[in-house]
Amino acid sequence: MADTNEILAGLAEIVAEETGLDAAEVTAEKSFTDDLDIDSLSMMTIVTLAEEKFDVRIPDEEVKNLTTVGDAVTFIEGAQK
Amino acid sequence: MTEVVVTGLGTTSPLGGDVATTWEGALAGRSGVSTLDNDWAETYGMAVNFAGQLAVQPSEVLSRPETKRMDPSAQMAIVATREAWADAGSPEVDPERLGAVVSSGIGGVWTLLSAWDTMKEKGASRVLPMTVPMLMPNSPAAYVSLELTARAGAHAPVSACASGAEAIAMGYEMIQQGRADVVVCGGTEAAIHPLPISSFAAMAALSKRNDDPQAASRPYDTERDGFVLGEGSGIVVLESAEHAAARGARVYAKLLGLGRTADGHHIAAPEPEGKGQTRAMQQAVEMAGLAVTDIAHVNAHATSTPVGDMIEARAIRGLLGSHSDQVLLSATKSMTGHLLGGAGALESVFTIKALQERVAPPTINVTSPDPELEVDLVRDTPRALPSEGQLAAINNSFGFGGHNVALVFGTA
Repeated sequence: MADTNEILAGLAEIVAEETGLDAAEVTAEKSFTDDLDIDSLSMMTIVTLAEEKFDVRIPDEEVKNLTTVGDAVTFIEGAQK
Repeated sequence: MTEVVVTGLGTTSPLGGDVATTWEGALAGRSGVSTLDNDWAETYGMAVNFAGQLAVQPSEVLSRPETKRMDPSAQMAIVATREAWADAGSPEVDPERLGAVVSSGIGGVWTLLSAWDTMKEKGASRVLPMTVPMLMPNSPAAYVSLELTARAGAHAPVSACASGAEAIAMGYEMIQQGRADVVVCGGTEAAIHPLPISSFAAMAALSKRNDDPQAASRPYDTERDGFVLGEGSGIVVLESAEHAAARGARVYAKLLGLGRTADGHHIAAPEPEGKGQTRAMQQAVEMAGLAVTDIAHVNAHATSTPVGDMIEARAIRGLLGSHSDQVLLSATKSMTGHLLGGAGALESVFTIKALQERVAPPTINVTSPDPELEVDLVRDTPRALPSEGQLAAINNSFGFGGHNVALVFGTA
């Protein structure tokens, strides 16, 4: 199981691959849409890749609640248990 | 009639990652065909283990997110589009007067089959959301439209191996019909995947010269045994002559005429007398307002199949008559392999360069020409076209399903 920092680092890696941003820019307080300019299709891609990486299930209806990178980290951390 | 001119060229091909390298390779008579860079033949028991693989992978020039969001066919089209657009001088054009027509014969086959592999291995929840936008056959046209903000229309006419030429024909029509001033058009193909290779091999369409891949594509040679699959993209920027003149653009050539017919004969085999091919060439020459004696050069479809090459050669001879002796015939697939939906576009780039530089590229590997060939074939080294006066050339493209497309280009 990954801890908070590992999840953040792993998620930042996925976001960086998908968007071309530097992984260091993908910090917990950043908003996926407002700060990272991620559209809904990219968000679904990130979710699918994160589900695989962390072996969790992120339901489609949950995705709209994941405003910031930190929200996603928290959800993934909880879903691992 | 609105005159349509060519103001930009781009490609990524088995001979090079741009037009300069590709054209230089073609004039040098270089083969872009090689043994596959993988172990597919052994793993899957494939009868064919070679292809015309890209000289420069798109991943070397595109960003990582771009390669993840586009099927290889769209990636190649974008590489060629960026070159063509810059080559045209990145024209200032109202987005609503700019069109994109980019075709693929097969579509996003890598994306489709990779997604199916993922689903079988990991389940439906692992299928990525970009799968549909990447596999749809209009994806390259859509990405080119996005890249350049082309809003006059984005199209992807599909006719197997004639698709790239058909896209250029449609680009011409968009300008003729007043829908656009500039159209970025051409074709792309990324089908070097075990399944398409094996499917073409199952039709006995591919050369099996595994021990000598560079000699495998040999149009009009008596020892030809099938085509060699290639990959890549060719893109041309078409523009109304008026628009090009107003911005002082460099003009490579004019697109003077086009002809499109269907055989209505067989799903894969060409009609044996090549009547549909002859009619396509005839239409294109007539539309150009030329006589057959004005034709100086033909870039043939000639894929190196035992049956197809000579049907086309007879169609050319039938149309041009004794003038065939003055026409320089080139079969550039001998060097690039067959780019399927990219072929008509890459070969248009070759035809345009031939007119611009007044030189016909060679056909390699012809050690023993088919005795029935009655057209002057350019072999091994390039040959000069007449140095004076206006010249015209035909680029032929034919596709499975009986699609025949002929384009006539003229010197600027």
